[in-house]
Amino acid sequence: MTQTTQSDSDTKLWGETILELLAGPFVGALVSFVLAIIAATVLITLAGFDVLEGYQSMLKGIFGSPVSMADVLSRMTPLIFTGLSVGIALRAGLFNVGTEGQLLLGAMAAALVGLIDGLPGWLHISLALLAAACVGGLWGMVPAVLKARFNAHEVITTIMLNYVVILFTGYLANYPFHPPTEMMPATAYVARSAELPRLVQGSQLTIGLFVGIGCALLLALLLRRSVLGYEIRAVGLNPAAAEAKGISQTRIWLLTMAIAGAMGGLGGSVEVLGVHRRFIDGFSPGYGFDGIAVALMGFSNPLGTIPAALVLGAIRVGALAMDRTTRIPADFVIVIQGLVLLFLSTPGLLRLILQKRRAAPAPERHLTPTTS
Amino acid sequence: MPRKDAMTDIALGIRGITKQFGTTLANDSIDLDIGRGEIHAFLGQNGAGKSTLMNILYGLYKPDLGSITVYGRPVEIKSPRDAASLGIQMVHQHFMLGLPFTVAENLVIGLEPRQAGLLLDRRRAESVVESLAARYGLNVNPRARIDSLSVGVRQRVEILKALYREAEILILDEPTAVLTPLETEELFDIMRRLRAEQKTVIFITHKLHEVMRVADRVTVLRNGRLVGTRDIEQVDEEQLVEMMVGRLIEAEEIGDATAGQEVVLQLRDLRAVDALRGIEVLRGVNLDVRAGEITGIAGVEGNGQSELVEVLIGLRPASGGSACLDSVELLGSSPRAIMARGLACIHEDRHEKGLVGDFTVTENLILGKHHLSPFRRGFMLDLAAAHEHALEMVRSFDIRPPLPDREAKYLSGGNQQKLVTARELDVKSMRVLIASQPTRGLDVSATRFLHQQLRAVRDQGVAVLLISADLDEVKLLSNHIAVMYKGQIAASGPRDTFSDAELGALMMRGSPETDSPEVADDANHSV
Repeated sequence: MTQTTQSDSDTKLWGETILELLAGPFVGALVSFVLAIIAATVLITLAGFDVLEGYQSMLKGIFGSPVSMADVLSRMTPLIFTGLSVGIALRAGLFNVGTEGQLLLGAMAAALVGLIDGLPGWLHISLALLAAACVGGLWGMVPAVLKARFNAHEVITTIMLNYVVILFTGYLANYPFHPPTEMMPATAYVARSAELPRLVQGSQLTIGLFVGIGCALLLALLLRRSVLGYEIRAVGLNPAAAEAKGISQTRIWLLTMAIAGAMGGLGGSVEVLGVHRRFIDGFSPGYGFDGIAVALMGFSNPLGTIPAALVLGAIRVGALAMDRTTRIPADFVIVIQGLVLLFLSTPGLLRLILQKRRAAPAPERHLTPTTS
Repeated sequence: MPRKDAMTDIALGIRGITKQFGTTLANDSIDLDIGRGEIHAFLGQNGAGKSTLMNILYGLYKPDLGSITVYGRPVEIKSPRDAASLGIQMVHQHFMLGLPFTVAENLVIGLEPRQAGLLLDRRRAESVVESLAARYGLNVNPRARIDSLSVGVRQRVEILKALYREAEILILDEPTAVLTPLETEELFDIMRRLRAEQKTVIFITHKLHEVMRVADRVTVLRNGRLVGTRDIEQVDEEQLVEMMVGRLIEAEEIGDATAGQEVVLQLRDLRAVDALRGIEVLRGVNLDVRAGEITGIAGVEGNGQSELVEVLIGLRPASGGSACLDSVELLGSSPRAIMARGLACIHEDRHEKGLVGDFTVTENLILGKHHLSPFRRGFMLDLAAAHEHALEMVRSFDIRPPLPDREAKYLSGGNQQKLVTARELDVKSMRVLIASQPTRGLDVSATRFLHQQLRAVRDQGVAVLLISADLDEVKLLSNHIAVMYKGQIAASGPRDTFSDAELGALMMRGSPETDSPEVADDANHSV
């Protein structure tokens, strides 16, 4: 039996990840989603609206046309990045509420680098993305330093630092980098060479989606197979044991928050370079905070972030359609999102529901049958 | 003395209790009667099913099959609250007391005597505690804060708490694991007093001689099955071991090392401060640990042993003195650098510092070596090498179940400790091994396995520093014994330097005078 388990340990990696997601978290996410829909149905009915009509228009808004589906993918793009940003930090035991700030600062960096003239497209885009990742990453390390040096809790510092960035980028967009002829509080449009190529006519979907999926795959690989990923998981699961066995917590905090900040920064840059093509003050409707929802729905697993971002992007697009075509306010979608999170973060309740489904859990799940 | 009328009525009737976890039968149709006014001991190795059975009695688990009667009445115990209403109370291994509160406050919590329906009637609470304590001979000051009390006294508070809740059947889960010999004696007196009051005491332990000393009857479990229940007069320790293990284990060989070798680890006036409490926890430790010897540190827990280990492995800064490994200073180096110099450590709490419970066996076995060859390949881990390593370790240390992909938290305590030991001993060029409470909570065979490993390491010329609250263990293994008391080494010398009484006195008071044992109990002077 020993030979068989060893030889396929390599191929098992991806298959196992997907199996794990299907077996545990994924079912959990699905169940909490269904529960949230049921609860929302009750709420909307109680509020005196026609639920069926609302859901119909939502579904039509999502699946109605190729462009609407592309819009869903476009909407999910920044959410992948912010979900990764919050998720990777959670794996190291850090609650990064600062993704919004990291995103805004990265967006500003990309918008400014995008102003440069006379660069070939591939180089300009790479430079802008790199600048966003670096600026976001460096900013992400600030709360890690504060935590390591002064034992300041990262939830407090990241929330506070968000305000710093919101006001700072707002200042930059309103004064130093504000074109005199412009009415909006925004920077000048980036050069054509810095614009992310769009994929579908009439939609804002860009290659940023592939960058996001690429990042998710990269982080999944990092967590599962790299030395750094191993150390991140060790610190997240048992910091005392990790420290005792020579893994420096401070180092892991710094590196993880750098990665988290870089993800946030990239999320801002694809939005700026792909959708708005300039930095508009207040362009983010809270992508960074949505990242918390995405990370939780994806169980802090980089690959789980993708379906989580897709679902959230879809209901957001659907909500807009519902708001346009029915009397039901889009706010109910926020309620659904909140309910999903509520059900997800009460694992006891979920377990109760799931346990009834599978009466006898088989602990030997990973054991390959070797009867021969 | 066993009471002749112990079986006149039955406090607990257990019939066909069966509980299955996955594919393992934790309890396999257990039938047993426990009499009123009886001290009934439960023996068994880790994973024998003792805890499962107790958790069923206490309402934490629901049995798959079987029934329970309490004083002849069929009952269904669905929660600890149900258990409490039937008079069943449990004193856990880890105490559940609110530290900044007084004894009286802890006792009455949830069932407080009130003033005007709102305010805690402190005076009445205190008088209730005093009368209860007097009745059972538990010497406790109701106004003392829990965090000022020794472990032994805290345990008495737990027992009092159970009695305040009108316990008729009291389950004590390994109560002596944390006690000094003197405190153990006092606990036994309390247990006898409870028996005299017609209470039923269920006593879970690993220590055979304690069973022989205090119990009326003993039940042995093995692999989830009840092997047998015996009156104490009818068995001896050898028979009990055979019942527990299923075979006779030969007595442990002590085997002595060649003494007088070079000093590998030298501590001089080592000091450390606990920043949170603002007190000096190490107050000038002097100690030599020699190659090819086991140096044992005995002492009541909380006298600086944990802090000493933390300083040595680089987790806690020292405030003064020196600690040299092969004549080179250790202090100021990172844990990783210290490990690289050949210092390995089996931590006292495997859940806290030894293991990452959610990591697989494979991942745990490379913890601390994951950044070295052969487990690292550039930026990536070599999972194949890690897996091969795990298979080898699982085989040579007999870790069960032999599944490297199983998460470590699903292993039994003994196997978790084997895992930690396997990892720590598999170090090239090891110079010092620190083993802190290495056998806590382990059963007889796992303990012997660990002792064998420590001796084997010693015979390879490693300097072993053993820290244990179990005096028997220190005496059994050590070439040199040191007693730690209030952050200092109170005395040290070759094994035979001290008598048991002297060691006990050193542990309790830091001086070898053995008179007036009552003075030792400084934590609970009555008012």
